[in-house]
Amino acid sequence: MGNKMLKVNIQKELKEFDLDVDFELKNKRLGILGPSGCGKSMTLKSIAGIVNPDSGLISLNGTVYFDSSNKTNLKPQKRNVGYLFQNYALFPNMTVDENIAIGLGKDYDKNHLSEIIKRFHLNGLEKRYPRQLSGGQQQRVALARIMAYGPDVILLDEPFSAMDTFLKEQLRLELLNSLEDFDGFSIMVTHNRDEAFQFCDELIVLDNGKVIAKGDTYQIFENPGKVQVARLTGCKNISKIEIIDDYHVKSLDWGLELEVSKKVSPNITHIGIRAHDFSSARENDLNAFDTLGSTKIEMPFEWEITLANGLWWKYDKQIHEHEFVVPDYIKIDPKNIILLEE
Amino acid sequence: MTDWSPIFISMKTASVSIFITFFLGLIVAWGLVKMKNDTGKIILDGIFTLPLVLPPTVVGFFLLWIFGVRGPIGSFFIDFFAYKIAFSWPATVIAAVVMSFPLMYRSARGAFEQIDSNLLDAGRTLGMSEWKIFWKVAFANALPGILSGGILAYARGLGEFGATAMLAGNIAGQTRTLPMAVYSEVAAGNMGEAFNYVIVIVFIAFIVIFIMDYATLRKEKQWRYD
Repeated sequence: MGNKMLKVNIQKELKEFDLDVDFELKNKRLGILGPSGCGKSMTLKSIAGIVNPDSGLISLNGTVYFDSSNKTNLKPQKRNVGYLFQNYALFPNMTVDENIAIGLGKDYDKNHLSEIIKRFHLNGLEKRYPRQLSGGQQQRVALARIMAYGPDVILLDEPFSAMDTFLKEQLRLELLNSLEDFDGFSIMVTHNRDEAFQFCDELIVLDNGKVIAKGDTYQIFENPGKVQVARLTGCKNISKIEIIDDYHVKSLDWGLELEVSKKVSPNITHIGIRAHDFSSARENDLNAFDTLGSTKIEMPFEWEITLANGLWWKYDKQIHEHEFVVPDYIKIDPKNIILLEE
Repeated sequence: MTDWSPIFISMKTASVSIFITFFLGLIVAWGLVKMKNDTGKIILDGIFTLPLVLPPTVVGFFLLWIFGVRGPIGSFFIDFFAYKIAFSWPATVIAAVVMSFPLMYRSARGAFEQIDSNLLDAGRTLGMSEWKIFWKVAFANALPGILSGGILAYARGLGEFGATAMLAGNIAGQTRTLPMAVYSEVAAGNMGEAFNYVIVIVFIAFIVIFIMDYATLRKEKQWRYD
C-alpha cells in the first residue's frame, strides 16, 4: 500500500475537561504520554470505535472510520483495529486455542492458527484456560489473538501498569520482539516515560485532554519545551525564573543565578535541570553553588541527594558502595539547563 | 382417594412458565444492561421489580384488571377468540410468569453486570457480532448467576398462590395448583390430605435446592479466575 497514514482529529466533552486531539501518524510507533486521567485511553477507545467522540475525523490508510460531518461511524467490528487491554480481556470461558481463533471467523485456516501458536511460543498451552496461565503467557495469548487477524493498527492501553518490576521488564522485551515483526501502526498509551522512550518513534504528550507536545521521541526528551512536558519526561528540578539577560537567569525557587547556553527568549518562564546533570565543582566554577545542609539517601544503584534549596541530585553507584561524601560544591553545565515555558 | 390433579397442574404450569420467564428475563436483562439512558433504566427497573415487592394479591388485582373479563386484554380475547382468560389454566401461567419474572430478571442482570466490560469491547474489536458477543461472552460467563436465577424463578412460580388465586381462581382439576390445594384441604379440615400435598412440595423443594447448588458450583469451578 502506498500512502499509509493514520489521521486522528477528535473532540469529546468529558466530565473534568474537554478532549481535543489532532495528529497524523506516518511512522510505525506512536506513544501517547500523559498523567492518569488525561484522556489517553479515551483517545485510544475512539480510534477503536468502542467510544464515540462528539466530533472529528478518524481515518486509516484512506478508509474513513469516523466523520462527524457526514455521520460516518464504522462499528468497531468493521474497523481493522487491534486493542490490547490493560488486563488483556482474555475470555475466561474459552481455551487459548478458542481465544485466538475467535477473531478469525467460522472457516479459519487451522495451519494459520498453529503458525500463530508457534510464533508466540504457546505450544503445549492450547487447551488451557486463561486462569491457568502466567502473566507472561496471558500477554502472549492476548497479542496472538490480535495479530492472528492482521489488524492495520494495534492499540496498547497501558500494557504494563499493573505489574511488578520483574514481570514488567520481561514482558516489555517480549512485546518489543512481537512488535518488531508487525507491519502496521502501533499506538501505546502510558504514563511511564521509560516505556514511552523505549517503544515509540514518535510521541504525543497529553495533559487535561490537550496535546502539549508532539514529535520525535528523542527530541521531546531532550527539548521538552513546556514545563508539564519536562515533568512528564522525568525532569525533577523545575524552577520559575526571572530573566537577567540573554544568557543569564535567576532561579526563584533555588535562589541561584545561572548562565545558560541557549539564548533566553522573552516567553521563557521556567528552567529545568535533570537530576543526573550535576557534577562536583570548586567554589569559583561557573554555575557552582554550595551543598551545605544537604541530605543524602542511599538507593540500590544511585545516591539521592536533596539540597537545602530544594534541588535533587542523583549520582550513580554500585550496589556494594555504601560510602559517599557529598562534595562542598557542585555545578551545572550551561548546556544542561533546559529552557521552558509554562 | 387422593386427587393427584394438583400435582399435574402445578408441573404443567411451572414448566411452561419457567420457559417463558427464562427467555423473557434474559432478553429484558440484557436490554437494560445495554441501555444508555440512565433515567429510563431506573424507571424500567422499578416496573420490572414491582411484582417482587408488592403483595401477591395486589399483583393479582392488577392482573385481573388487565386480563379480566372487562380488562383491555381480557375483553380482546373474548371478542376475537371467544376465550376467557380469567379463571382458566393459562391464567395460572400468567400469574406464575409475572410473579417469578423479577427474580429471573434481577439475577440475570446482576450476572451480566458483573462481567468485565473490557471482555465485551474486546469481542467488538475482534470483529464478533453483537449476537455472538451476547452468547459466547456475556451469556457464557454469566451462566452461574443466570442458572441460579432460573432455578429461583422456577421455585417461585411453583409456589405461587396469591396472584394465582385472584386471576385463575381455585377450580379443582383445572386451576387448583399444589399450594392452593393445600389451602383448600386445610380450609375444609382435611389435614391428612393437605399433608400429602405438603410432602410432595417439600420433596420438590429439596430437589430444586440440590440442583441449584450443584449446577452453579460446577460452573463456577470451571472457569473462575483463581
